[in-house]
Amino acid sequence: MMNDKMEIMNGGKALMKALEKEGVKEVFGLPGGANLPMYDELFKSNIRHILVRHEQSAAHMADGFGRVSRKPGVCFATSGPGATNLLTGIATAQADSAPMVAVTGQVPVNMIGRDAFQESDIIGMSNPSVKYAFQPRAVEEIPEVVKKGFYIAETGRPGPVLLDIPKDVQQNEAKVTFPDEVRMPGYHPWTDVDMVNIERAVDLLLSSEKPIILAGGGTIISSAFAELQSIAEMLMIPVVTTFKGKGAFPENHPLSLGPIGMHGHAEANKIMTEVDCVLAIGTRFSDRSVGTFEEFERNLKIIHMDVDPAEIGKNQTAQVAVVGDVKASLRVMLKLLAKKVLKKSDGNKWLEHVNEVKDYWRENLKLHPGEMSAAKILRKLREVLPKESIVTTEVGQHQMWASLFFDAIHPGTFFSSTGLGTMGWGFPAAIGAKVARPDVAVVDIAGDGSFNMTENSLATSVLEDIPVIVFLINNFSLGMVAQWQRTFYEKRMIGIDLKNCPDYVKLAESYGAQGIRAQSLDELGKAVKAGLNSDVATVIDIPIDPEEDVLPFVAPGTSLKDMILPS
Amino acid sequence: MWAILSIRVENKPGILFKVTHLFRARNFNIDSISVGVMENPEFSKMTITTVGTEKQIAQIVKQLDKMIDTIEVKRLDEKESVYKELVLFRIKSNGESDNTEISKLASTYGAKIHNGQEGSLIAELTSTPDKIKAFEESIKPFGILDSARTGVTAL
Repeated sequence: MMNDKMEIMNGGKALMKALEKEGVKEVFGLPGGANLPMYDELFKSNIRHILVRHEQSAAHMADGFGRVSRKPGVCFATSGPGATNLLTGIATAQADSAPMVAVTGQVPVNMIGRDAFQESDIIGMSNPSVKYAFQPRAVEEIPEVVKKGFYIAETGRPGPVLLDIPKDVQQNEAKVTFPDEVRMPGYHPWTDVDMVNIERAVDLLLSSEKPIILAGGGTIISSAFAELQSIAEMLMIPVVTTFKGKGAFPENHPLSLGPIGMHGHAEANKIMTEVDCVLAIGTRFSDRSVGTFEEFERNLKIIHMDVDPAEIGKNQTAQVAVVGDVKASLRVMLKLLAKKVLKKSDGNKWLEHVNEVKDYWRENLKLHPGEMSAAKILRKLREVLPKESIVTTEVGQHQMWASLFFDAIHPGTFFSSTGLGTMGWGFPAAIGAKVARPDVAVVDIAGDGSFNMTENSLATSVLEDIPVIVFLINNFSLGMVAQWQRTFYEKRMIGIDLKNCPDYVKLAESYGAQGIRAQSLDELGKAVKAGLNSDVATVIDIPIDPEEDVLPFVAPGTSLKDMILPS
Repeated sequence: MWAILSIRVENKPGILFKVTHLFRARNFNIDSISVGVMENPEFSKMTITTVGTEKQIAQIVKQLDKMIDTIEVKRLDEKESVYKELVLFRIKSNGESDNTEISKLASTYGAKIHNGQEGSLIAELTSTPDKIKAFEESIKPFGILDSARTGVTAL
């Protein structure tokens, strides 16, 4: 029986209609044999296609779009190599809990399993790196899997969802209906606010003498900025973040100590080893943040708030666990605190001590003496860049310098591949971010090694009119690997020398972008301003001393108290 | 520590793969696994026995629970549940006297004897893993030529 909601259409059209119903306005992708039918319907739809030059970049763009807009970014790729090229981007989104819907073409149903041309078992390959994957085998299933896919990708702890659609399922026609609701008996992304444990958390927090707040990426995903700041200010508790939590709390705030971890701020790592109670918000206690697990939790009472119950007790043992959306939990906590705390604290001995440590390290941390040191160029960028601008980074030394020397001030304006550590993420992610927020400037803080990996996204940026700035800290090498070889392998340098190849100014120009070389802080300030005023992408090539290390440094497998400081 | 996990999942293709993949990817062990469709064919029941520390087992339960395809994950209390496994042993027999003795042992453990190929008997036993182990030890002197077991299932 055909009810009035049923319409006859092919699978490709059903996909586009379902995407439009989810509010999708842009997709990042690259066509090929097995997704031609959906591209033919994309042509007829109102959705904008943004062409990439490599599928990995499409996934990173969708990722950047998703992190900034908090709605799933969508990327398209064909079967086989198209799909496998997406995988790094999908795994990156999974590691950093970014909402994404990746749509791949697949060989026709009757060819699956017969080693067809450009066939890959992308459902099997992607399994550990997706939040969920669907392979609809009939046109009728498409509206439902799209609806489910978006729901899964953006609710609870966000993540990437894969829709792998066989070519004949895109092509065939059928009567389809578009559901308003979907049922998934095994998926419960939200829990009620855990009143009992929030009360216990409040008691523990108030009874501690040396408390700290550790804000993780979940604070940003949940937009719990105001709640976090209110609690910190009410109790006058210092705030550190994980690297992924950078931007959860204004780094120019008097209570901010900045990120902890392998390349955390010296004052943040020092204080972290002294605290007796941590209110940890939306963090999975990554080894890069806490060093050795056993040492971190010693003499420390942990209140762990997270939307994902499986994070409780995975890496650290919590005395009090509060499962649920952290914004909702913090709101309740704030109300309880307001009842219990009669007078707003204006400080105490602990905070005085924290401030002494902070002042000491902010004044005395030894920095590279050159004019174009990492600290100086990143502080210059901060000075010139409007506060609400969005910053992404690549992966390597520049990323850790950004953690140390670039203050994220406006909430949720700093994004990086923190979990998987994917070189080449920052530039395409910046393009995705700019699509989500065309009203603000977007800057990719890059290194030469990483930028080289996805630099062909310059074509996308220029041709699709999505101008971003690449702040290219160029040390002519794979700098972080070089630093580890200098530090741990007695300077046996291998496989790190990039020899300033290519010339990034000429490279930018060859794509029709603006290329500027900045060799002084003055030139740098002017270059950033030129980038902010430019209609096309701007690559600012900033040559620096290739021997500059990132310090402080907590070596892998050691604890925060073993932090190596600049000598 | 040994634990019995009872997992109700949606009865869809690929779920056994995802569950076993989870164990591999998270560095957990599967001791035994048995799967079957439930009275409502929308669901299957998986019974997995695993070995780990208390903390690891708690993590396994949470990670399984997090999977979208799992409806319910329970850790069964050994004392309050029935858990059994079916095992078949092909036992070497050198004639009548062996046959008699193996049959006697089998009846002590509640195992059934089937005729095997020439020179062997097949013992079928449904029991708990430790009783199966004890039976195995008792028939070992005759020579176990082959064996197969279903893995633990439990309610």
